[in-house]
Amino acid sequence: MKLQEHAIKEIKEIVAQFINEPTPLMMILSAVQTKFGYIPMEAQELISEETGISVAEIYGVVTFYSFFSLKPKGKYIIGVCLGTACYVKNSQQVIDKFCQLLGIQPGETTADGMFTIDALRCIGACALAPAVRVNEKVYPQVRVEDVEKIIDACEKMEAEKNEKGN
Amino acid sequence: MKKVTNPEMLMVAHAAFKKQLDDKFNSKTGKRAIVICGGTGCLSSDSTVLKERFEKVLKDKGLDGIISVNMVGCFGFCSQGPFVKVYPEDTLYRKVKVSDVEKIIEEDFINHGIVEDLLYVDPITHEKIKKMEDINFYKKQKRIALYGCSVIDPENIEEAIGYGSFQALDKALHMDRQEVINMILDSGLRGRGGGGFPTGRKWQFAYNQESDEKYVVCNGDEGDPGAFMDRSILEGNPLSVIEGMMIAGYAIGAKEGYFYVRAEYPVAVNRLNIAIKQAREVGLLGNNILGTDFCFDVHLRLGAGAFVCGEETALLNSIEGQRGMPRPRPPFPAVKGLWGKPTIVNNVETLACVPYIVREGVEAFTKYGTEKSKGTKVFALGGKVNNVGLVEIPMGTTIRELVYDIAGGIPGNKNFKAIQTGGPSGGCLTEEHLDTPIDFDNLVALGSMMGSGGAIVMDEDNCMVDVAKFYMEFICDESCGKCTPCRIGTKRILEILTKITNGEGELSDLDRLEELAEVTKNGSLCALGQTAANPIISTLKRFRDEYVEHIVNKTCPAHVCKNLISYHVDPDLCKKCSKCARNCPVNCITGVPGKETYKIDTTACVRCGTCLSACPFHAIYKK
Repeated sequence: MKLQEHAIKEIKEIVAQFINEPTPLMMILSAVQTKFGYIPMEAQELISEETGISVAEIYGVVTFYSFFSLKPKGKYIIGVCLGTACYVKNSQQVIDKFCQLLGIQPGETTADGMFTIDALRCIGACALAPAVRVNEKVYPQVRVEDVEKIIDACEKMEAEKNEKGN
Repeated sequence: MKKVTNPEMLMVAHAAFKKQLDDKFNSKTGKRAIVICGGTGCLSSDSTVLKERFEKVLKDKGLDGIISVNMVGCFGFCSQGPFVKVYPEDTLYRKVKVSDVEKIIEEDFINHGIVEDLLYVDPITHEKIKKMEDINFYKKQKRIALYGCSVIDPENIEEAIGYGSFQALDKALHMDRQEVINMILDSGLRGRGGGGFPTGRKWQFAYNQESDEKYVVCNGDEGDPGAFMDRSILEGNPLSVIEGMMIAGYAIGAKEGYFYVRAEYPVAVNRLNIAIKQAREVGLLGNNILGTDFCFDVHLRLGAGAFVCGEETALLNSIEGQRGMPRPRPPFPAVKGLWGKPTIVNNVETLACVPYIVREGVEAFTKYGTEKSKGTKVFALGGKVNNVGLVEIPMGTTIRELVYDIAGGIPGNKNFKAIQTGGPSGGCLTEEHLDTPIDFDNLVALGSMMGSGGAIVMDEDNCMVDVAKFYMEFICDESCGKCTPCRIGTKRILEILTKITNGEGELSDLDRLEELAEVTKNGSLCALGQTAANPIISTLKRFRDEYVEHIVNKTCPAHVCKNLISYHVDPDLCKKCSKCARNCPVNCITGVPGKETYKIDTTACVRCGTCLSACPFHAIYKK
């Protein structure tokens, strides 16, 4: 894979924005992750060239933190909170149901690139336990039988978006 | 707002903004005010939409000139949110929906009545309660770290100044640096992030170091799953933490501060950024603050999802752009910290207490608490309690008061089983400990710890072996891998726990667990590894019978561990509706609609529980 022109330009801009900070690597990686949704090897090589930090070191940092991803994520990132407050209120069954219906494991993305399931460690919405976050939206007190409705809602949203696009 | 460049200007600004706040809350200008909770919990329940709706309806009715709509930080009582509070009457409406907006405006603001069905109802007396301070959840609370949260607009520095921000800094800048440290030492303030190390002593170590560069770091990497006090403070009154950091900076001789906040907290990050920007604009961050020689600026760095970064040396590595792995101590950060310079790392809640202590005086703080744990502590109450939320209580409050008086007991008349404090590093406490006064040393003596203040209550439906496994999964995931006992020990412990919960355990596994726990505890570099086995040690000690039950009888008494339970249909309750069979993903339920009761083939059943939640007659049970 080769990075596209605009991606190269944008990554260079991100590096330039933070390069004067003391030890800027984390800031650069966070910005790239936010912008592109993942940090492929090619992007790490480019960051290495621009900053002088070795690829090995960058790769070490990328793989250490759970926020950084080497692979692209789905359009709808279903984050099921497995924090303690959610766990004692059955969030494990909720995430199991998502996995069963979508046929993937936590951390994986469906083949069509629609859904990623993430196991989250506390989003701090403990009063809403068990909580599920899909992209920005938080679904409170999710029961196993609500899981299908949440997936349906995403699919409906996507269909509407496509209709508008056409 | 104009620049504030000397103490006189701060005094004038404080007086003017204090008057504005008083006018807002007491309706002196005839204007009434609505405040809406803007904490993460309530924002998830659409409190932003609520605010927009209020603004629109008020405008349509031509009332926007005489009623203001404001957003504030977390009210704490998250299970009853979103909250809307009306001034000057002080009426508190809870669980407000967008569709309630017109009713509130009509009945409260136009007809001067009260919307009765939006008031909080006491679960025991069934009495409707109008004011916040009359609700049991709030009665025993004292807000020191949460000062200003749910009162002021966190995105408006004027309100913060009116509510006392920077008064403490002004006072500190007129004191000798050692005097400031003495004050914190005298207050007995101990680190609120977990360890409980005396804050003043940390400051003293850093003060004693000769260096032209020193740093203050605020630890906002709140990783304990189930604790969210640091987030709420940053969301509710970010300037109080900035001010605490500045006082620390002045005391030890630092010119720069770094915030390290979890990226999972977008609202807190945004409000902190706004507060930093506003403070810079009015000259309260930058050079020659309040006309003195003191110069200070702060920077914000985001975490990237690693629990171990809550450990202070791992956090420093993360700021330095490396893998967040702990460093050996000594040298302690106070001697050799960020970029090798003397650094103090204080937790958000700790720093939020500092302005209060300096402003109100040592005694205003030490009058709360126990002999060795002064002041208050914020707890995040979660799990099986009626009132889920954030509470700040004086140290020394008993666990019983916390669980029953404040949290309102366990829902559904279930029995209390245990309370886990200190998150994955803590332990569980049982019924016999309910009358223990909560403080740092008491909790440690019982094999748990204060931690950051997470308090998760469990009832009879929770399996303690499963809970122990849950914490071990978490730790195993989050161990950074540097120390072998932590990296491999936690993995082995998890394997044994998995074996036990799958019904394949042997009694000798319990000895092995104890041995592994000991090795992990003694052989790890940082607190993550040293405390990793606490949940295992404490559940083994207090719930050994449950482990034995899993191993010997191959049953899970709480009916949680999937491999040890089976689903059955109670023929007396079954109405032959076929709903269970239609919902079963593996078609293992048979029967004839309307004619024959349904039956589950337990050998084919995958124990997903779908039938149990699908049955409208509660005819399906676990055994």
